[in-house]
Amino acid sequence: MSAQKSRTIRVDTLARVEGEGALYIKMAGERVTDVKLKIFEPPRLFEAFLRGRHFSEAPDITARICGICPVAYQMSAVHAIERALGVRIDPAVRLLRRLFYCGEWIESHVLHVYMLHAPDFLGFQDVIAMAKDHRSVVERALRLKKIGNRIVSLLGGREIHPISAAVGGFYKVPTKYQLRELVEDLQWALEASVATARWTATLEFPDFEQDYEFVALRHPDEYPFNEGRLVSNRGLDIDAAEYEDHFVEQQVKHSNALHSVVRGRGSYLVGPMARFNLNFDKLPEAAQRVAREVNLTIPVRNPFRSIIVRAIELVFACAEALRIIQEYEPPAVPRVEVPNRAGVGQAITEAPRGILYHRYALDEKGLIVTAKIVPPTSQNQKRIEDDLREYAPRLVAWPLDEATWKCEQAIRNYDPCISCATHFLRLRVERAQPDGA
Amino acid sequence: MSSKGKRKPRIAVFKFASCDGCQLSLLDAEDELLGVAEAVEIAHFPEATRSVLKGPYDIGLVEGSITTHQDAQRIQDVRRQCKTLVTIGACATAGGIQALRNWKDVDEFVRLVYATPQFISTLKLSTPIAEHVPVDFELRGCPINKYHLIELIAATLAGRKPNIPSYSVCLECKRKANVCIAVARGTSCLGPVTQAGCGALCPSYDRGCYGCYGPMETPNTASLANQFHILGQSDGQITRAFRGFNAWSWQFRKASEEYERK
Repeated sequence: MSAQKSRTIRVDTLARVEGEGALYIKMAGERVTDVKLKIFEPPRLFEAFLRGRHFSEAPDITARICGICPVAYQMSAVHAIERALGVRIDPAVRLLRRLFYCGEWIESHVLHVYMLHAPDFLGFQDVIAMAKDHRSVVERALRLKKIGNRIVSLLGGREIHPISAAVGGFYKVPTKYQLRELVEDLQWALEASVATARWTATLEFPDFEQDYEFVALRHPDEYPFNEGRLVSNRGLDIDAAEYEDHFVEQQVKHSNALHSVVRGRGSYLVGPMARFNLNFDKLPEAAQRVAREVNLTIPVRNPFRSIIVRAIELVFACAEALRIIQEYEPPAVPRVEVPNRAGVGQAITEAPRGILYHRYALDEKGLIVTAKIVPPTSQNQKRIEDDLREYAPRLVAWPLDEATWKCEQAIRNYDPCISCATHFLRLRVERAQPDGA
Repeated sequence: MSSKGKRKPRIAVFKFASCDGCQLSLLDAEDELLGVAEAVEIAHFPEATRSVLKGPYDIGLVEGSITTHQDAQRIQDVRRQCKTLVTIGACATAGGIQALRNWKDVDEFVRLVYATPQFISTLKLSTPIAEHVPVDFELRGCPINKYHLIELIAATLAGRKPNIPSYSVCLECKRKANVCIAVARGTSCLGPVTQAGCGALCPSYDRGCYGCYGPMETPNTASLANQFHILGQSDGQITRAFRGFNAWSWQFRKASEEYERK
């Protein structure tokens, strides 16, 4: 061990994330001097071209921000606009929206747990390679994912950019019979989700815990999807309308996504870990039982263990979908009439990756005057950099390629959706290291 | 390279400005995914794998539109590496929803979204891939139909034309025995001028088609716009109807510009 010299770890395209980005870490010995999560994805400028469009188009247009979580965009859009216009939705529509979200959480979490994240833990480049050694696990994943997509397709017409969500309700709602047809699949999915949780718990996790500010919705009666107050473990407790008073977006030179911070405090974490830690008591007994069985106790502060949390949320989503299907009576009309008028409305809903904020101001013709959208990944972006700043020094002794892979995995802990955050990840770790390592 | 001699065809997926939804269609083909992976070598697909095999590739699937100087250069390189280049989705074939900037001042747009606009580099226009390089096949849709994608891969490997319809959504409605929502209820519907592919999804869900698959082969947009007018739609509404996910396709572009001028 002699003089430190600088070395660079580069991965020009960060894989198994949605969208395009890069990471740059510079180290001097064990000290990280710079971390930049760079987002190269070209800006698409949604908030600008939403201006002048009719509110009824917002759920269709904003869905196109993200092919992985279009339901989340549709849900935040319809709720924000309904608040702007003072619309009250039918309780049956409320239930269907929760079911719609169950479908998206299932397909999105299964995609991430098995196809994007698990290969890191098991040392495979991708799920196809993983399938050679773990065929039955991958087949379980594909079947489970398909069931999530089936729910989204039934309610929304198709799994990517569904077409039925509307301000005021849905264009068309399913019959009880159509929903009951999902039951058999969902009963299997519930068991497969429990198996997923047990399976993820057998993976090896680095010993890495951080003191996070967790931010998620909290609802008095249920695990959150569309409604609730925005809370944190550091005393935040606000309505969606107050969001912009407490969170600020900062533009940074190295990224096409805006960084979001809690005013006066800094980075925070949104997504499955935040939801789980803040809403464990609202999980159905089945999900709580599995969490205890796999020794997942709150607060979970190891971001690598988020893969187990996602699996617990799968258990929840399947159980919740089954509950909704039991309870469902179709609404009197698929959607209530929504007149054109001026107004401003905000809403936050829980996308698979965390809270998604929308605000719309409408004119008297119902046209959008201004729109603001804060996706979960831009909220987690600063937190990802903070994790890497803490985590990278622990990898100093590691061979270059393994350290790089581990940093990629640390980013994938967040299931980042860079398309959402605007939005490519190119990974570059630069560090000084002892000779001969 | 298989030990038995013939190497598997190499497929590469490239992304430009887009939502990732069209490439996700491949992962969403749950029943076919492992089969496809056995038939081809997935050589470049960052959304799904860390491993990258160098080109040239037999089939390149390109998602997204060109919106930056770097991407305008990158697509040239992608074209050189791909024997067959296929664009997937409305962004790659028509510029996508982000082509709405093409009628506006993009600098103004950037200022609206970003506090420090000088950090952002973007072109004035969002343009389809075919405006930059020769394209062998365009797969329409926002998003594409995953069965079209599987058909396209199978056809390309077999050296035949993919069997993908170029007729309108109306035919799909007829085939599903849907009651025409435009005629029976006076709902504005882009079905008559829009290429089939979705299975007449919107009319089946009691709403008018909004044009995900772009213009059909011979769209009579003027006649349809006139019909919208009769149904009581304003010029602004008609302009917006054609100015959606395929707004920059020349047929829809012409239609929207005619009504915008009124």
